[in-house]
Amino acid sequence: MLRLENLSAWYGEAQALRDLNLDVSQGQIVTLVGRNGAGKTTTLRSIMGLHKQTRGRVLLDDQDISRLAVHDRARRGLGFVPDDRGIYARLSVEENLLLPPTVGPDPWSVERLYGMFPRLKERRRNSGSKLSGGEQQMLSIARVLRMGARLLLLDEPTEGLAPVLVQHVAQLLLEAKQQGVTILLIEQNLRFATAVADLHYLLVQGQIVDRLTNDQVKAREQELLKYLGV
Amino acid sequence: MNPTQLVLQLFNGLVNGSFYALLSLGLAIIFGVLGVTNFAHGAFYMLGAFGAYILFQWYGVGFWYAVVIAPVAIGLLGMLLEVTLLRRLYRLDPLYNFLLTFGVALFLQDVMRLRFGVQGQPYRNAGELTGATNLGIVFFPNYRLFVIVFSLLVCGLVWYLIERTRVGMIVRAATEKPDLTRALGVNVDRWITPVFGFGIALAALGGVLAAPMYNVAPGMAEELIIVIFAVVVIGGLGSIVGAVAAGFAVGIISAVSAVFFPPLANTLVFILMALVLLWRPAGLFGTEGA
Repeated sequence: MLRLENLSAWYGEAQALRDLNLDVSQGQIVTLVGRNGAGKTTTLRSIMGLHKQTRGRVLLDDQDISRLAVHDRARRGLGFVPDDRGIYARLSVEENLLLPPTVGPDPWSVERLYGMFPRLKERRRNSGSKLSGGEQQMLSIARVLRMGARLLLLDEPTEGLAPVLVQHVAQLLLEAKQQGVTILLIEQNLRFATAVADLHYLLVQGQIVDRLTNDQVKAREQELLKYLGV
Repeated sequence: MNPTQLVLQLFNGLVNGSFYALLSLGLAIIFGVLGVTNFAHGAFYMLGAFGAYILFQWYGVGFWYAVVIAPVAIGLLGMLLEVTLLRRLYRLDPLYNFLLTFGVALFLQDVMRLRFGVQGQPYRNAGELTGATNLGIVFFPNYRLFVIVFSLLVCGLVWYLIERTRVGMIVRAATEKPDLTRALGVNVDRWITPVFGFGIALAALGGVLAAPMYNVAPGMAEELIIVIFAVVVIGGLGSIVGAVAAGFAVGIISAVSAVFFPPLANTLVFILMALVLLWRPAGLFGTEGA
């Protein structure tokens, strides 16, 4: 479904990504693991078109979207959740959910999302900034499901969350996967990564150095933790 | 100061506040969505006043038509400016926008100066709004009362548009996080030109309303625009409600202080701005980090 071909990215003169090649199949959950500064966020931002200084190709369903504007990429079915959650303080919780246009054939209804997150329903008229960190995370994932995105790009969805909320996020991602949603996520928490994902790409200094299955991650956990600087 | 004077000054403050609110509203919307500090805003206010004057003097078109025609025409001129010049500078340092809009302001003022001279032109056409109304303890000119009510209505309408419609939701979202809004599938760029034109039209509307009260002159916005920038900062950069509330508040405070302590009247707004920035750096209604 998603293929990166020789994707490179720069910040001025500094090269952040070096000829990345990566495949995510329809219905898979794939993680990008790596320590801070490895290029994980730059990868997601380059796929989304938010990082401009890039070279190489981004293919979605075999179509090159590298030259499309950011909003056009979203309308092809990409759902982006940034690392700061991206909740609008000037919009209510419900407006945060309803802002994006519907971009896929199977959007989740607001009622269904409220059923899953009663707290969001209780606070639907409140400003998005009044939510706790965990609620903001739920809202940001709920938002891209509401728009019917087919491929979610999630930047550290469990960062800073209490263990019970991490479980909640895992359930949500697995439920989305059951519906055929494909997910590429950045994750530092290896336990979480192996619990939800099918495949893992290890990123070191802007390069993919390994492609690992869950069993391989579990077998090499200590070594990987060193890579991650944890 | 006796009560009559106080009431009179309150109403005068509301009149000034009406102009501050209309102008700062447009400026705040433009800054919020485009990130452009529009130094030409006052020049478009002046063009609005000249628009009413020209429509009447050259074509015999009265005030009520001018209230619609001049803002629409000048709003379109603003859109042309955005498409032809401003758009080229978004990716550059904001300093370039300052220089461009400052240059446009000087250019527009000089064009009007060349054609109409430095002296103000009187605009003696305020529809049927002549005379005064007894407000109990003071008589107040009907036209000035109209300016207050009409400005409040326009501000209310803009508030509804921004806060209660989908277009407004997109404008608020794009104001706060333009890149994320694009990443959520919203074509932010499609709204930039109309939003700029709308902000300019509000400035021009202020100019049309000012025409019957003040002399229509190329330099009529020179002092006003500095106050408007202070009002926008006090309200909170990019905040719609803040711009309107601060506009009326500054109008009233300045007018009342002009009676109590006249030397302070012109500088009070800047003292207020400094105090607000010390207390709340994002302004009274601004959101930190938004």
